[in-house]
Amino acid sequence: MTNDAQTWRAWLTSERPASRRQARLGRAYAAWSRFADNRLAMAGLFIILALLLVAAFADVIAPYSAVTDGDLRTARLLPPSAAHWFGTDDQGRDIFARLVHGSRITLFVVILVAVIAAPVGLLIGTVAGYAGGWIDAVLMRITDIFLAFPRLVLALAFVAALGPGIVNAVIAIAITSWPPYARMARAETLTLRHADYISAVRLMGASPARIIARHIMPLCVSSVIVRVTLDMAGIILTAAGLGFLGLGAQPPSPEWGAMIASGRRFVLDQWWVAAAPGVAIFVVSLGFNLLGDGLRDALDPKAAGQ
Amino acid sequence: MSMTRMPIRTPMTAVKNLVARGLTRRGLLGATAAVLIATTSPVVLAATPKDTLVLAWAIDDIITLDPAESFEISAGEIMGNTYDRLVRFDVADPSKLYGDLAESWTVSEDGKTYTFKLKPGLKFASGNPLTADDVAFSLQRAVKLDLSPAFILTQFGLSKDNVEEKVKKIDDLTVVIETDQAYAPTFVLNCLTANVAAIIDKKLVLEHEKDGDLGYAWLKTNYAGSGPMKIRDWRANEILALERNDNYYGEKAKLPRVIYRHVKESATQRLLLEKGDVDIARNLSPEDLAAVEKNADVAITNRPKGTIYYISLNQKNPTLAKPEVREAMKWLVDYDAIGETLIKGIGTVHQTFLPMGLLGAIDEKPYKLDVAKAKELLEKAGLKDGFSITMDVRQTQPVAGIAEAVQRTFAQAGIKLEIIPGDGKQTLTKYRARNHDLYIGQWGADYWDPHTNADTFARNPDNSDNAASKPLAWRNAWDIPELTKKADAAVLERDPAKRVEMYTELQRDLLKTSPFVIIYQMVETAGVRKNVEGFVLGSTSDSTYVFRVSKN
Amino acid sequence: MALAGSATAGGRRRARLRSTAMAIARFLVVVALTYLGLLAVTFFIGRVIPVDPVLAIVGDRAPSHVVERVREELGLNLPLYQQFVIYVGKALTGDFGISVLTSNPVMTDIRRVFPATLELATLGTLIGAFLGVPLGVLAAVRRGSFLDQVVRVIGLVGYSVPIFWLGLMALLVFYARLGWVEGPGRIDVVYEYTVTPVTGILLLDTAMQGEWEAFRNVFGHLILPASLLGYFSMAYISRMTRSFMLTELGQEYVVAARAKGLSERTIIWRHALRNALVPLVTVIALSYANLLEGSVLTETVFSWPGLGLYITDSLQNADMNAVLGGTIVVGSVFIGLNLLSDLLYRVLDPRTRAR
Repeated sequence: MTNDAQTWRAWLTSERPASRRQARLGRAYAAWSRFADNRLAMAGLFIILALLLVAAFADVIAPYSAVTDGDLRTARLLPPSAAHWFGTDDQGRDIFARLVHGSRITLFVVILVAVIAAPVGLLIGTVAGYAGGWIDAVLMRITDIFLAFPRLVLALAFVAALGPGIVNAVIAIAITSWPPYARMARAETLTLRHADYISAVRLMGASPARIIARHIMPLCVSSVIVRVTLDMAGIILTAAGLGFLGLGAQPPSPEWGAMIASGRRFVLDQWWVAAAPGVAIFVVSLGFNLLGDGLRDALDPKAAGQ
Repeated sequence: MSMTRMPIRTPMTAVKNLVARGLTRRGLLGATAAVLIATTSPVVLAATPKDTLVLAWAIDDIITLDPAESFEISAGEIMGNTYDRLVRFDVADPSKLYGDLAESWTVSEDGKTYTFKLKPGLKFASGNPLTADDVAFSLQRAVKLDLSPAFILTQFGLSKDNVEEKVKKIDDLTVVIETDQAYAPTFVLNCLTANVAAIIDKKLVLEHEKDGDLGYAWLKTNYAGSGPMKIRDWRANEILALERNDNYYGEKAKLPRVIYRHVKESATQRLLLEKGDVDIARNLSPEDLAAVEKNADVAITNRPKGTIYYISLNQKNPTLAKPEVREAMKWLVDYDAIGETLIKGIGTVHQTFLPMGLLGAIDEKPYKLDVAKAKELLEKAGLKDGFSITMDVRQTQPVAGIAEAVQRTFAQAGIKLEIIPGDGKQTLTKYRARNHDLYIGQWGADYWDPHTNADTFARNPDNSDNAASKPLAWRNAWDIPELTKKADAAVLERDPAKRVEMYTELQRDLLKTSPFVIIYQMVETAGVRKNVEGFVLGSTSDSTYVFRVSKN
Repeated sequence: MALAGSATAGGRRRARLRSTAMAIARFLVVVALTYLGLLAVTFFIGRVIPVDPVLAIVGDRAPSHVVERVREELGLNLPLYQQFVIYVGKALTGDFGISVLTSNPVMTDIRRVFPATLELATLGTLIGAFLGVPLGVLAAVRRGSFLDQVVRVIGLVGYSVPIFWLGLMALLVFYARLGWVEGPGRIDVVYEYTVTPVTGILLLDTAMQGEWEAFRNVFGHLILPASLLGYFSMAYISRMTRSFMLTELGQEYVVAARAKGLSERTIIWRHALRNALVPLVTVIALSYANLLEGSVLTETVFSWPGLGLYITDSLQNADMNAVLGGTIVVGSVFIGLNLLSDLLYRVLDPRTRAR
């Protein structure tokens, strides 16, 4: 076994990779070992994995339903106890159960924003960078305009127009968060544009659309992923902020920001109602921040430590 | 000239000085010690000045100070304290009317002409004399401007075109009002107690008239009345200051100043009250009330209001139009549990469409949570397996909390309720377009007469989509020609005893058949510090009189 | 030779002038375009809103003819492009219409509430900059030390904790439980009318008028929200300072200065920090802009009657004139600070200046 493992390692860390696959795996291994050495990054990874598990098995983990359980008469605003680890809220619902179910909403928000904003940014950035000329000028001007906007206030105004709700909050956040990805993708495209292999592909008669989609975008993906991971915490905080202002997820949905908003009324005597979801938001945001930092350091050793 | 930017320096400096002197403990410590405290402790010992009443209240609903336009709860109280009207009702017994500016009044034989004699020597806060001219002008102005509350006056036949004929000055002390039909005198007089019938200073208002707007633009943020208090300053969402009117005809206000401080959160109001930063807190939640009750320095006072909270079923939805479903939903609300928790201290369970205190209101509560009975009814309607339905809910308490509680009890009978949240204006827009399934909301009496609620819950003269008036019955597409006739007859009945009987019958009809699940009647509750005397909540917003309050 | 030389020097000066003029022109075009974009977005938002703006004005119980009349008064029956032209024209003159909620012109309201936000954000940024810059410098100099870890934790917490939640908990502890600070709001009602508003910034107003008791009260109200904003500002500034300083300390001139025998203190504070100051000014301007924007959440928690609370209050009452007016003002300040920091960077940075 140990022998096997050693050979594997030797193969991965070989300075003269024999195949493209070996080289690629070798690079990934190097990045991973840099990442694994970073204890904080591992902690972040652990938190996010835990979040994923909790969200996946929410029904098994949570002892009660997030919305339909709860007895007004007997279980209202109970302090933390063995039966209710984090106490109960004003509808007599178990706060721990609501937090567990709320993890799904948090994931839903970050994934959806990433799925909307990252491709949009990637597309605009690569097209602008590859096409150059007036297309580049127009697209980048639009990007700059959006970059110069106050994001939270603009998201607020969007939600006001679209109506409160978690999906609208996601759309509003996505609309305001694609520009940095576009900027980044454009910068990378500019360095790739005149690379020999791109010229080669072009000479072979590939259309610009094909070149962008097959040969440029894939190379920009890794840096966009790092940036998205770093932005996740910000997205979670913005979504929670909208929920807190009553413009994001709405009760009875167990979204954490909305839970803080409804717990606010009881903060003097029943502090746990507002405290627990705040801690949850903090831990998850921290996880994404640590993970993002770690990823950046591992994938871009030059920037490490800064 | 805008009031909001006017600093009131002289009188208020006195306030501050009084506070400084009021802090006797600091006086004893001597000057040096005082400086020491001043530099080490950031928190000043809290106390409100003795000559000022400070109230914490959510006053963000005030959008205008013009009585012809004002229709909001907190604005109502301000109007009640600062503007006089011909008649007022007794705060202790709202069924009793007394002359305010009117010394006496008579109703003609045919029941269509009301003659009011004014008290002599009346004056506005501005110093201008108050005569029949001002009275006629004020009522005419309200009708001509035709703003939201104008219908209270126009419903007895006044209109832009005829109001100068129908409301007339006879001499300096006599005004005549003519109605188009012989209404119940209680109805007409009750309407004249409303804010829209407040008397304003004709001369002052016309001085600020712009393009024939009857002073509308100016009066939105200014004051031209004769009431016991005058409005000194209003900063929307922040503060509203009243001052004693020394020209008031009756007993002068006990305190020279009353300040309303806008505080939205109940928890903050409670802290301010407990620390003595305010004298009265007006929006305490059930939880904070329970906590404040234990405080020896604070007393709780309350009063049932003319506002009822209900869930309504849109009859355009074929499922909700089934009589069994309408009844089943009335059995699916846990009235008692809601009464003991979510609305404890701020409401009492109530199921008829007339709030207690209005003429003819009955306190019958036939419904309670009975899942078996509801299931039986649903089965009869062919909905054994339940159904899915949506409810538009405004995200304010306690409405949102009640919706969540109802969601759970509905589920017990297989009704899957989806809550569609929105802010007030959004849900209302949808409601008025009749695009909802279920709607949870409230209705407050516009004036102190049963017709105000009968008009909206039990009348629907035109159920077509572009009807001129949109009462609650219309909003839920509840077509009720028979009940409309009954309600019309009740408002014309001049024998009070018979009128009561007619309203009793209407209420029982609605209890049984209506698409309104009425849940509770609002109780207004306030936490009052023990040194405040004479604070009595009125049954309508315009009858809470802060000018009668004194402090020890 | 001499003639030719002076000609090239003059030409170079003219060329530099021309390029500066070009840069300024480009800058103005960017400002105008960005601003127009902001107006277009807010206009678009104002039109798609599912709330009937007329209803927001006349209320629930107005009869239908009143509703129709107001709709026409608002110009809502005109074609969209006409409405947009009118909208831009009005916005440029600072006319955002009348707020339904307060019955005042929106601009009058904003002028009244903005100083409160400005006071809070300025104090927050001052706290953030005065603590953040030295912390960042020390963390960079003593890389890997305990202090460096502390700065890192401050940054991580600042980036991860919801500000509204921290504010709520801070109020609970420091106001409700301990009573160390004043509660929500800007000033106790008792002092409300002791000062005449001059600047609208209460700390200045009370101090200028010698109302020291009121000053103390105002300070007591201000200290908690300002510290909170200061913390978030500090988290950002210290992290960025550390990063800039690390870059500078790795530069050749630092090595050269060390070789020359300059003291470490001179190298760090006189040379490295001075060079790092260029990007730092940008960072501080951005942090200031962020605090102005972030006021939406903080002001809600602290019932602080500033622009943020004005916007959220208006939002909850579908007072779109006020919401959009507020958004445009925040947006303008934000855009202004953003572009200003950009400009500052170009002007201050010796490398870009040389080009």
